[in-house]
Amino acid sequence: MDKKEKEPVFSAKNLKLLTEPFGKNNPITVQVLGICSALAVTVKLKPAIVMALSVTIVTAVSNLVIAAMRKFIPDRIRIIVQLVVIATMVILVDQFLKAYVFDVSKQLSVFVGLIITNCILMGRLEAFAMANKPWPSFIDGIGNGAGYGLILVVVSFIRELFGSGTIYGYPVLEKLGLYKTGYENNGMVILPPMALILVGLIIWFQRSRDKSLVEKQ
Amino acid sequence: MKQFSNKYIFIFSAVMVIAVAALLSMAATLLQPAQERNLEIEKKKNMLESINVQVTKENTEELYDKYIKEGFVLNSKGEPVAGVDAFTVVLKNEQKKPPEEQYLPVFRAVPDDGEKVTIFPVEGKGLWGPIYGYVSLKSDMNTIYGTNFDHKGETPGLGAEINTTAFESQFLGKKLFDNDKFVSVQVIKGGAPEGDIHGVDAISGGTITSKGLQKMIFDCMEKYNSYLLKNRI
Repeated sequence: MDKKEKEPVFSAKNLKLLTEPFGKNNPITVQVLGICSALAVTVKLKPAIVMALSVTIVTAVSNLVIAAMRKFIPDRIRIIVQLVVIATMVILVDQFLKAYVFDVSKQLSVFVGLIITNCILMGRLEAFAMANKPWPSFIDGIGNGAGYGLILVVVSFIRELFGSGTIYGYPVLEKLGLYKTGYENNGMVILPPMALILVGLIIWFQRSRDKSLVEKQ
Repeated sequence: MKQFSNKYIFIFSAVMVIAVAALLSMAATLLQPAQERNLEIEKKKNMLESINVQVTKENTEELYDKYIKEGFVLNSKGEPVAGVDAFTVVLKNEQKKPPEEQYLPVFRAVPDDGEKVTIFPVEGKGLWGPIYGYVSLKSDMNTIYGTNFDHKGETPGLGAEINTTAFESQFLGKKLFDNDKFVSVQVIKGGAPEGDIHGVDAISGGTITSKGLQKMIFDCMEKYNSYLLKNRI
């Protein structure tokens, strides 16, 4: 490799890839990717965290793989190649978990399908990994996975607290004695539409703070 | 973007598909023994949990041998069938057979409190896929001693809540029979009235899973009806 091209592992550009998905370039609130799974797994905090971690790992590694072979992938069948890479990886990981870490595999059961079809993966592969070197792509994957996870955790925290009265399974409201005063859990919060409303509120909040995100008329 | 010839594309996809297929089938074959072992331990663990014994992955085998005394298979008339290992009977396959040919597995256990418990496996449909578990009855063959439920892919936080202790413990002490009539346990939306000996609270947001669970217990336990009536106290 040419010496001049070589840049530090965490150059300003790479760091930006890591931090931007938390704000200006969030996969859910700005790129509007991965909404479907954001509705499905945010009823409780625990599955949301499991999902966020899995998506982060899978996005990062498949970004890495695709970026490494980007020069050999024929343009016309690139989407198929991307899908094959993601699906193979997810199934492989699931097989290993089933054999050696059965408990985690049981936790993930329903997510495996959801990870493969998550638009963030395809979105990042198509938009970033196909045109960039492996290392920045890997960082981009971590950043986007984490940005996705952030929204998931925020939404599921609110939904679990108001829908089930617990935080990470711990009955907070019951311990506070709130139910004795006549308080009841909100059944609406645990249904999927509420996740959409919450994501909408987060987008509203973010746009009101950062005017550069608002489209010009 | 560099242009690739058709030949290259064909070769590329062929190599990719063969490589991936080889990788996946290799992984599946090599990991199969370990996976099957995990499933066996899981089955024993679920059975033990249905008699309210807390187990970890490590002590499952040991406690299984300690508490589960015997397993046998019944036919639809409630008579024992010889020569079939109850543990290896797959309930899902049995349910596809005509009722008179089905094998019905039963397990006997004696937990620390000395109660003679009988364990019955159950299997049914949730919203997205199969749900299954064990219902164990006290020696009167009427009162539920404990339950364990699990699922393949119910929605996390909604239907998937059936495998929580909070839900399962509601079944303790519920009765399957109303005098001699089999009524099973109802999963009641909006909450079962206090003191209802046949009803438990459904899961909010998990209506279809709750209904599936109710149907599962009814359908599976009803098959043991003649056996239960014969052995009732």
